[in-house]
Amino acid sequence: MLKFLIEKEFKQLSRDKVIPRLIVMLTLLVMFVFPWAADQEIKNVKLHVVDRDRSSLSERLVQKVVSSGYFRLSGPSASYDGAMPAVERGDADMIMEIPSGFERDLMRGETGRLLLAANAVNGTKGGLATSYMAAIVADYSADLRAENGLPALSSAFKVESSFRFNPRLDYKVFMLPALMVMLMTLLAGFLPALNIVAEKESGTIEQINVTPVPKTLFVLAKLIPYWIIGFVVLSLCIALAALVYGIYPTGSLLTIYLFTTVYIWLVSGMGLVISNYSDTIQQAMFVMFFFIMVFILMSGLFTPVSSMPQWAQAITAINPLKYFMQVMRQVYLKGSGFMELLPQFFALCSFAVVLSVWAVVSYKKSA
Amino acid sequence: MNRVSATGIGKSYGPVKALDDISFDVAPGEIFGIIGPDGAGKTTLFRILTTLLTADAGRASVCGLDVVKEYRAIRCRVGYMPGRFSLYRDLSVEENLRFFASVFNTTVEANYHLVADIYRQLAPFSTRKAAQLSGGMKQKLALCCALIHKPEVLFLDEPTTGVDPVSRKEFWEMLMRLRADGLTILVSTPYMDEASLCDRIALIQSGRFLKIETPRRIVAAYPRKIFAVSSSRMHDLLRDLRAYAPVGTAFSFGAACHVTFAADDCPAALEAYLTARGHSSLRVEEIEPTVEDCFMLLSKTPDDGKRA
Repeated sequence: MLKFLIEKEFKQLSRDKVIPRLIVMLTLLVMFVFPWAADQEIKNVKLHVVDRDRSSLSERLVQKVVSSGYFRLSGPSASYDGAMPAVERGDADMIMEIPSGFERDLMRGETGRLLLAANAVNGTKGGLATSYMAAIVADYSADLRAENGLPALSSAFKVESSFRFNPRLDYKVFMLPALMVMLMTLLAGFLPALNIVAEKESGTIEQINVTPVPKTLFVLAKLIPYWIIGFVVLSLCIALAALVYGIYPTGSLLTIYLFTTVYIWLVSGMGLVISNYSDTIQQAMFVMFFFIMVFILMSGLFTPVSSMPQWAQAITAINPLKYFMQVMRQVYLKGSGFMELLPQFFALCSFAVVLSVWAVVSYKKSA
Repeated sequence: MNRVSATGIGKSYGPVKALDDISFDVAPGEIFGIIGPDGAGKTTLFRILTTLLTADAGRASVCGLDVVKEYRAIRCRVGYMPGRFSLYRDLSVEENLRFFASVFNTTVEANYHLVADIYRQLAPFSTRKAAQLSGGMKQKLALCCALIHKPEVLFLDEPTTGVDPVSRKEFWEMLMRLRADGLTILVSTPYMDEASLCDRIALIQSGRFLKIETPRRIVAAYPRKIFAVSSSRMHDLLRDLRAYAPVGTAFSFGAACHVTFAADDCPAALEAYLTARGHSSLRVEEIEPTVEDCFMLLSKTPDDGKRA
């Protein structure tokens, strides 16, 4: 009987004009658009230079800044006040003022002075641009000292950065595994739930309920097609990540599929709970929208969980997305094995058990 | 043995009593009609008997099986056609039929003879999506799907609501043929004219059965003489009739008002009264009461007819 029910689901899915296309579109977006859009590297900062020194050294500094690739000259101005309107218009993100006497001071071995002003309306951009600039200027001054035979500026510490597991600090390596988690949540959790609510809304569930089809079988027939789609899409994503971006999981694929199985079980349960409490698609959609917002913003997808305030971190403890995202990133980047991921495994399994029990209980009540 | 039997069924939604102490029996091969206005509790009763809902009070059995304890066995032996079209709109006519046959562990071929008469009319549209069928065709398809597993009892919840008069007539002819094949049919309808086609009817109002009888006996038991009154000024007629003291009840029935007298009064006096009130082309004639008249009489206290 299950065969007939699943056959019916696939038949309906293939006739649906929107859902299959949406699944393909979403996969392509997640693989080809989001990794670029969600890139947090700052490029093309529009820089206004106020060069009052007009010397070869100031010229050289500007050259160095532009050749870094992070900054783009948007125009020179005679004075700081003259540059401000450009910032106000949005033509400039940052002003660098080089005071007159810059070269003279440096040649005398005195401290050169520079003024940097960044538009911090977009705080992330302003902050990052300033720190890039600081690094470039530090590099510049080290160059000058070496050329003139001066000893390197002694400082108490010299920080050597080494980006482990992602040496080029490539955001795509970091984002792709997490975006796959988002995709699984939508495909395996929310689509089947909406499908069940649609049967409620159209009244067809009534007709099924008077047949001898047991409810569990009916629900199973709803979930299985999306489980299959989920695994197909995941495999496709892994293949695309390898082919297009050259990003391979450092760890084992088996670990990824094992965790995905648990996670799909978990989100299916969550979807069922939502569908049991909703009578209309509108209700279900809104509840899902609510959870998706909370889960994604508190999952560490964009901002690390460890930099959230304590109380927010406490909330993320009950966010299943967070655990699966950790798993995917660790397997992909660090090559973590199953034993290292045991805490996440237990967390995900307990969510899965709780949600399925809840789904079964609320289903019996709603019947 | 009775195909359907209910004793003291009650069901409340919060403070609203949807069903109150409903008891009745349906014999094999009977068409049993449940007649009443919208919101009287017809659908709730059907949902309880088809095991979709559990009653708060009372017991019921279908085909000798308890609706609570043996619900799964009942589901194999009854066919249910909900009031709302609830087949898969995105599946074709044939796919719907095959799907419902398969979920009952049978095939269309095995039971085709049951639906042959009806399905023949649908056959030209067999590849059309159910969503694109006309109202009457939808009802026929729904009936086919409810019959394809060879049920012993058929529950039809307002099968003809929203269907044109010709299709309604055809639909009832189909029911008559199914009864001839030995099927027991429970049908609910808000249309009183369909009541006379049933073997027995139950009049339901506000969750209570007012009467269970054959349509003929219900009509025969009508205690008063009833007159159809019409005039050129129908708009004022009902008001004037109700203002006339000897009139017991007066209801608007399409082209005429049906009037009964509370006291002894002859139609001639009424005619004189109405003429005095300025009504012309008056017609007052004694008629056979209909089921609707009986329903009106049973459902209202005698005063209602005058005040409302």
